Amino acid sequence: MKKELSFITVIGKDKKGIVAKISNLLYKNNVNIEDINQKIMEGLFVMTMLVDISGYKYPMNKLNSSLEKIGKEMGLKIQIQHENIFKMMHRV
Amino acid sequence: MAITVDEVFETTKMILYQNLDIRTATLGINLKDCVDSDFRAFKKKVYDKVYKNGSVLIKEARKLELKYGVPIVNKRMSVTPISLIMEAHLSKKKFLEMAIILDKAADDAGIDFIGGFGALCQKGLTRSDNLLIEVLPDVLSKTKHVCSFLNAGSNVSGMNLDAVNLLGAMLKKTAKKTKNASGCARFVVFVNAPEDNPFMAGAFHGVGEGDSALNIGISGPGVVRSVVEKDKDCDLTQLSEIIKRTVFKITRAGELIGRELAKNLKIPFGVVDISLASTTNKGDSVADVIKAFGIESIGAHGSTLAIALLMDAVKKGGVMASANVGGLSGTFIPVSEDMGMVEAVKRKSLSLDKLEALTAVCSVGLDMVAIPGNTPEETINAIIADELSIGIVNNKTTAVRILPIPGKKPGDLVKLGGLLGIAPVMAVNKYSAKNFMKRGGRLPAPITSLRN
Repeated sequence: MKKELSFITVIGKDKKGIVAKISNLLYKNNVNIEDINQKIMEGLFVMTMLVDISGYKYPMNKLNSSLEKIGKEMGLKIQIQHENIFKMMHRV
Repeated sequence: MAITVDEVFETTKMILYQNLDIRTATLGINLKDCVDSDFRAFKKKVYDKVYKNGSVLIKEARKLELKYGVPIVNKRMSVTPISLIMEAHLSKKKFLEMAIILDKAADDAGIDFIGGFGALCQKGLTRSDNLLIEVLPDVLSKTKHVCSFLNAGSNVSGMNLDAVNLLGAMLKKTAKKTKNASGCARFVVFVNAPEDNPFMAGAFHGVGEGDSALNIGISGPGVVRSVVEKDKDCDLTQLSEIIKRTVFKITRAGELIGRELAKNLKIPFGVVDISLASTTNKGDSVADVIKAFGIESIGAHGSTLAIALLMDAVKKGGVMASANVGGLSGTFIPVSEDMGMVEAVKRKSLSLDKLEALTAVCSVGLDMVAIPGNTPEETINAIIADELSIGIVNNKTTAVRILPIPGKKPGDLVKLGGLLGIAPVMAVNKYSAKNFMKRGGRLPAPITSLRN
């Protein structure tokens, strides 16, 4: 199946279990993690996960709200956005 | 090359903390095919077409918001200028009924504004145009979503002063019929009105357009302010460069989402209009961008240069990002909707006169300006005519959206609420141009129109 790549961005304070919680959710929903990067920027912990959502079977708002829920529990901002938005904005 | 964490963070930061958004996805539709000699059938066709298109727009736009994580704040529609399709139904009652049916269709579909209840009368007024202007106070007070416009001049036609002369009285009537004159916020008079502008209140689906088109308005004064603030000492050339680069990025977001939305709606993609448009949200202010340039308060000497630089850089960044840049593209400087502008008026650094100067280099004109309700109608007409002449002579769009607020005097603050913000009532010149305005007629097209 053709890959459909999105970025999950996590912004906030570094905490134990962020990756575990998110990857558990993704595993359960058949979303594959392709790459993970993290960096401290402007005093914030920023992590990006490149994920393939082609195997995800439900409407996107379900994944969005599950990620938002984890974000709320851990005091983090979590967003998921299709990779094309970054390609369009940052590559000519 | 793979996208880096820094790049992802830059985009996410723009959305989360700097109010980057698709300000509006405006679906323009042609209503000429709805015309019918049977007025009931005519209304039904208009309702069905607006409702059907409107509900699909909302659904598809929501999907893309989720996919890209960029809010599409407003979903709107624009239609063929109503005066044109009403030419064979000349009665005030029918005009009002048409406005009400448009309002109902928009409401039922979940569209917040529907633009196009207006007329193109840059050279002359038809009977239909006259009726439309006459009925506007009722239309604006009896509807919630309907927006109106008038194109009262152009580079090649000159200015229709007879049309302008009808507006002072119309606006004063509208002001009296709606709370805090808020009905006047849904009326814009233009010269050189673009046929594909997605921004309200002046959006309409031009007669040169096809059956439908999706036009995107993208904004982000907060994003521009934050990059300007980072570099406090660079010279003007570098400043322009920094703005261009940022605007390029945000326009690309509009281009991507606009194209995909149009594809999903199975209609042609119209334009991306990159216009820095303020909102009442904290930091979402063009006045604050000017402050970040190094000007204490907008309106101070130097502000015209600042807006000129900003405007040019925004256009250049946008043009590089999309082949479909159109609409107004530049910078809006509304007063009541921009808290930085409101503060500037309150501290007396921004007067109506300086605002007029700024509009000579910004993309629209006198926008969301409140004046005392007892301003004579000829003076309102003259304010409009002055602004429109700036557009005609400078080959650009200019427009006026003005609210004569009953019972208010200069210095009063009027809470308009919601998107419209807080209007500081601005003083107008007390001397009259009555005898000049009553000459009427048409300002001949300027010499620059003779290019053939």
